Amino acid sequence: MASHSDNQSAETPTALPIRIQGLTKKFGQFYALDSVDLEVHSGEFLTLLGPSGSGKTTLLMAIAGFNRPDAGSIRFGEAEMILTPPHRRNVGMVFQSYALFPHMSVAENVAFPLKLRQVNATEITDRVAEALATVQLSDLGDRSIDQLSGGQRQRVALARAFVFRPRILLMDEPLSALDKKLREQMQIELKHLHQKLGVTTVYVTHDQREALTMSDRIAVINQGRLAQVDTPHVIYNQPANPFVADFIGESTMLPLTRDDSGRFFFESHLISADEPEKAGSDCSLVIRPERLFVIKDQAVDTEQTIVFPGVVRDFVFQGDTAFAVTSISDKHDLAFRFGTDASSSEHSMQPGDQVSLGLNRADVIIIPRATDL
Amino acid sequence: MRWWQKPASDTQITHGNRLWLYILATIIMMLLVIPTFIVIPMSFSDSQYLEFPPSNWSIRWYDVYLESPKWMQATVTSIQVGILTMLLATPLGTMAAYALYVSGHRAARAIFVCLITPMIVPVILIAIGTFYAYGRVGLNNTITGLVMAHTVLAAPLVMIVITSALRNYDLNQERVARSLGATRVKAFFVITLPQIKFSIVTAALLSFLTSFDEVIIAIFVSGGSNATLTKHMFSALRDFIDPTIAAISTIMILVSTTLLLATQFLGPRQK
Repeated sequence: MASHSDNQSAETPTALPIRIQGLTKKFGQFYALDSVDLEVHSGEFLTLLGPSGSGKTTLLMAIAGFNRPDAGSIRFGEAEMILTPPHRRNVGMVFQSYALFPHMSVAENVAFPLKLRQVNATEITDRVAEALATVQLSDLGDRSIDQLSGGQRQRVALARAFVFRPRILLMDEPLSALDKKLREQMQIELKHLHQKLGVTTVYVTHDQREALTMSDRIAVINQGRLAQVDTPHVIYNQPANPFVADFIGESTMLPLTRDDSGRFFFESHLISADEPEKAGSDCSLVIRPERLFVIKDQAVDTEQTIVFPGVVRDFVFQGDTAFAVTSISDKHDLAFRFGTDASSSEHSMQPGDQVSLGLNRADVIIIPRATDL
Repeated sequence: MRWWQKPASDTQITHGNRLWLYILATIIMMLLVIPTFIVIPMSFSDSQYLEFPPSNWSIRWYDVYLESPKWMQATVTSIQVGILTMLLATPLGTMAAYALYVSGHRAARAIFVCLITPMIVPVILIAIGTFYAYGRVGLNNTITGLVMAHTVLAAPLVMIVITSALRNYDLNQERVARSLGATRVKAFFVITLPQIKFSIVTAALLSFLTSFDEVIIAIFVSGGSNATLTKHMFSALRDFIDPTIAAISTIMILVSTTLLLATQFLGPRQK
């Protein structure tokens, strides 16, 4: 698998890095993109993740060349692309609607970019067959588009996007029209396909689980700005700001105070003795519901664990997990999620029960509360 | 169960309950169609005058029409103007519809309404205005002038037909084609055009008919050897009434009906 750790100069012929600087796009007074800087490494799978209207699709369309930014630079490798029309960017593209050509057969759809490049007929046949084999549709070349299922259409759209060996692949929510099971299966397949092709891929989705599943890195975007760009692991475990903490995964945010020696407290609970790199005094504690656990043994090591005594307010069974809301003070509740296997005794929890919730100090996430985003 | 006891639809309403509706619908359709088709038997009359029902039958008025150089000249003019109007209005209307649909510009809606006003304002106003404007530049009684005026009437129809076709079309197909290496023009001709071609044919036939059936503008701006069939028919009705008019009307009904049916059959084939 081509990974950015291979270093930048090792740009394989199959992939190009994308370097975006100061990219700004206005619609009237509204900033769809507000001075975005982003580097997509060669061969990387990068996901643009954000709520609807965040600018993620605008950014993808700017990379593809379908909108003209008001300011900034988009380079593929060293080449400036900002004025290059879409048909000369050599970028494979997959749309949410698939946008297959219904007046052509499956094979003709896939052959389309090759014909435009005047590849000779025998090579077209070979490469179309190869591309269809890659997406496991070898037998369906002669079918017409309206005979295909949703998943098959998706694969044809993919084959058509990579058959001409573009060095950049762009995908705009390609799986959102599929049902949940097929979507999850296609996520894995897409990931394998990316590893096989090694092509730099920019993927747009609003589905955080999809982003966490597939990406080398995730760029979280909100209101036309990048909120955080990092690996799924870091995005989830060390969100940089309240937006990312709230948008990705479930979280409870508790306000922290700081004493003279710089220690963080939530009410009377000592949360962290030092967090030198977080200089501000106005911070929040982020708690992931699944990181909490019920403490049964009162002799718990408070060096390792923060203990929140509370009262269960609400309890919901959701199949694979169950979810409880626990009051830990007059103003604050903690959301708490746990497994439903036979060994977990939390099943018997009732609203009104006293419970002590523990949080491992290693799972403490402290973020600045002020949102400059 | 007799047919009138069977349910007419998914509801429990039977055909019997609906009988009044069937009768009403039939009456309405007859009222719409009979005035048009009444000229057909009249055209086969042997009489000197328009007569219904004819006392004797003949096809002599068809002979009169076909052997009259004046009527033939007018027919050729009408067909010529119809075809030229079709060739001008179809591409112009298609381009306008495409541009306004794709641009998404704020002014697009206003421009669209502006371009279809010839369908809304009384044709007589267009005719009078055109007549005076052409008087200044010497386009009255010319084929060019008539084709231009008819194009103004036909282009809005083309725009409406093509816009509705584009609404059912996923423009991302063009974007994909461009990302795959096609220029914008190529993407339109290779991807979009084949998928809206039946609408374009429909629009072309409607343009031809708009011109071929048009009489008001023709009365004002066509004349002499470039007078259209409809203008001659109008003059003939005023000056001397004989069943030749009925014969010509019958032929025109045949042409119009055939073309309209053609558009109806082409329509559903487009996905």
